Amino acid sequence: MACVSKVYPMRSHTVSAEGGAAAVARADDNLDLHAYDTLKGSDFLADQDIVETFVEEAPRELVQLEHWGCPWSRDPDGRVAVRWFGGMSVQRTWFASDKTGFHMLHALFQTSLKYDGIVRFDEFFVTKLLIEDGQVRGVTALDIRTGEIRAVLGRAVIICTGGAGQAFPFTTNAAIKSGDGMAIAYRAGVRLKDMEFVQYHPTGLPGTGILITEASRGEGGYLLNAEGERFLQRYVPNKMELGPRDMLSRAIIQEVQAGRAYKGPYGEYVHLDLTHLGEKVINKKLPFVRELARNYVGIDPVHEPIPVRPVVHYMMGGIDTDVNAATELPGLYAAGEVASVSINGANRLGSNSLTECLVFGARAGHSAVAFARDSDEGREGPLLEQAAAEASRIEALRGKSGGEKISQLRREMNLAMERGCGVFREESEMQATVQTLAELRGRYADLGLTDQSNVFNTELIAALELGHLLDVAEAVANTALARKESRGAHTRTDYPNRIDAEYLKHSLVRFAPEGPRLDYKPVTITRWQPEERKY
Amino acid sequence: MSLSSRIQNVNFDVLRFRPEQDREPIWQRYEVPCKPDWVVLDALNYIKDEIDPTLSHRWSCRMGVCGSCSMMVNGLPKLTCSAFVRGYEGAIRVAPLANFPIVRDLVVELESFLRKLKSVKPWIIRKLEKDVQHGEYLQSPQELETYKQFTMCINCALCYAACPVFAHDTDFIGPAAIALAFRYNQDTRDEGEAERFEILNRHEGVWSCSYANECSEVCPKHVDPAAAVNRSKLLTALQWARVLPRRGAS
Repeated sequence: MACVSKVYPMRSHTVSAEGGAAAVARADDNLDLHAYDTLKGSDFLADQDIVETFVEEAPRELVQLEHWGCPWSRDPDGRVAVRWFGGMSVQRTWFASDKTGFHMLHALFQTSLKYDGIVRFDEFFVTKLLIEDGQVRGVTALDIRTGEIRAVLGRAVIICTGGAGQAFPFTTNAAIKSGDGMAIAYRAGVRLKDMEFVQYHPTGLPGTGILITEASRGEGGYLLNAEGERFLQRYVPNKMELGPRDMLSRAIIQEVQAGRAYKGPYGEYVHLDLTHLGEKVINKKLPFVRELARNYVGIDPVHEPIPVRPVVHYMMGGIDTDVNAATELPGLYAAGEVASVSINGANRLGSNSLTECLVFGARAGHSAVAFARDSDEGREGPLLEQAAAEASRIEALRGKSGGEKISQLRREMNLAMERGCGVFREESEMQATVQTLAELRGRYADLGLTDQSNVFNTELIAALELGHLLDVAEAVANTALARKESRGAHTRTDYPNRIDAEYLKHSLVRFAPEGPRLDYKPVTITRWQPEERKY
Repeated sequence: MSLSSRIQNVNFDVLRFRPEQDREPIWQRYEVPCKPDWVVLDALNYIKDEIDPTLSHRWSCRMGVCGSCSMMVNGLPKLTCSAFVRGYEGAIRVAPLANFPIVRDLVVELESFLRKLKSVKPWIIRKLEKDVQHGEYLQSPQELETYKQFTMCINCALCYAACPVFAHDTDFIGPAAIALAFRYNQDTRDEGEAERFEILNRHEGVWSCSYANECSEVCPKHVDPAAAVNRSKLLTALQWARVLPRRGAS
């Protein structure tokens, strides 16, 4: 088995996840309740059969991580502790202080070192899927160290490359989150699903966009406007700070529009107040929040509230997968943020995504093994020919002359995405964004690069990443424009209501040279009829 | 005062090395208009985007947790995403992490570091594994506390750049790997101490350490690898004492 990654595996962006991972663990909880919370959070766009599978397999996968050494926080009786999280009716979020993703990733990576059968290709940048006879047979990857394009052949491929927050100017996402897996699948003709749903996390640090975990509200923190008021009573009175992310982000923007926010050099913000929790609780449950606030905004949350504003955090959409993590392309699987399976629908609940990685990561693994067992190697000749053609494409990009600059195109894409695909959206702004993205696509062809070298050419990587981001951005903007309703994180000022009769369906988008092709498919409903979403 | 009026031009002297054209590393100066809240990484990204796209460096999370952006800043090992420009006076010198071979510019060779981490068997070792269906292993908060600090290592390798022993003997498995071994040895779920003892007790294991404590001073996550090394020495000595009579008997 080969693991191909553009960064060393322990650098992957899961490392930044803070709050926790949800799974039913206690007597006051049950699978139906976790499923219902998830579906309500999704604004009923999640597929209910898949959510049922997800909640059922979640506890086992979190226990598996425990057996692999994840240092989960504990209750006095030695059992794994659980905490409150937004949109969850009971405490069901497992956590490792406020560095849950970091600990999960390191435990998993360290455990993987035990297996010599896992061959790692660290700092290899995947550029393309190799497809032969309608089946995926491997990938081409740029060896960042040498600049060579290598063909990595295999009977099945699993994509686990995460999201695309870098399409936006203000994001919690790491620099590496450039939508590579989504774009590579999209370019191979695989359809993406529900791409218009982009989650804004309500509490990012102004300027950097560094995430301040929802666990700070789970542990009792307040959101206050510039008048010192817990303004959420006007928006989610029954849930307050534990309301879902889409609603909280909207509430903050509305406070800004009403002139009840603070003004700062990086835009308007509200306060996240933890001072009443006391130093002991903050040090024990939220030490990373304290470290981040002190380092990056010079504020000690023990004594002062933290400035926060909504920030792009997560893509609900992704590669269209089924319950077995399979895509429509035989041999291709996807799991985690890069996929849309879909348990998140129009809005993901906090702490479901780490669990999603585990449940559907495991399912992808089993599916890929089963597929590989019944498959053959394919014909190497044609695959190597494809790889050679890909090597020529990359070679042509390296140091190519042209009039456009990577950083300039990226900046224009970022601004267009923020303008058209923000927390609140509107027809004419989205149209302008679609238009701008199409123009940027044209200008991308005239990109000029200056670095001719082979060894660790990060300009070449940046150019490839920009191409991927443009693909993903195009998919987001076009699906957003076509969905004339408001649902979950997709909120339109011109269509403020959810319209089930017309839009209780998944958006699908397929690449075409003349522009993305849209289609739809039904949502699977099992036991829960869509209802008005009130908290 | 508007933010732009507080932009200050800062000189950065960056060590460049492009193996395809340079025989040896050279210093290159860049003048960067820095915002008051910028970190050194922001300045490097500005250089990359606006001045010189051929500069290569690693970075990702820019929040001090992925461990990618380790470099020498004015001679000290730092996470550049947490090193604030305002904390320095005059020109700022940025160089690749010390004690590792340079791949290019600010990018160093980390393969040997990765091998060291693996060499201490950083995974739960048990004679009998509990079935996942039977739930988690119990572990009290106090038991967690005994090793928790040593789980905080982000593999940034700053401690190797600071370690005077590693500087002269690159075979030394080093602070992070020993802290990692100690982390698993202290975990109540683990029974692999004897296996790791074999590794830690070698010359290039804990006994190479000369108690300089530099590793703990530069650790951005307060893992205190020096404490792990010292306590491992003690435990290794005890293991050794236990092992000797048994060996004598056979």
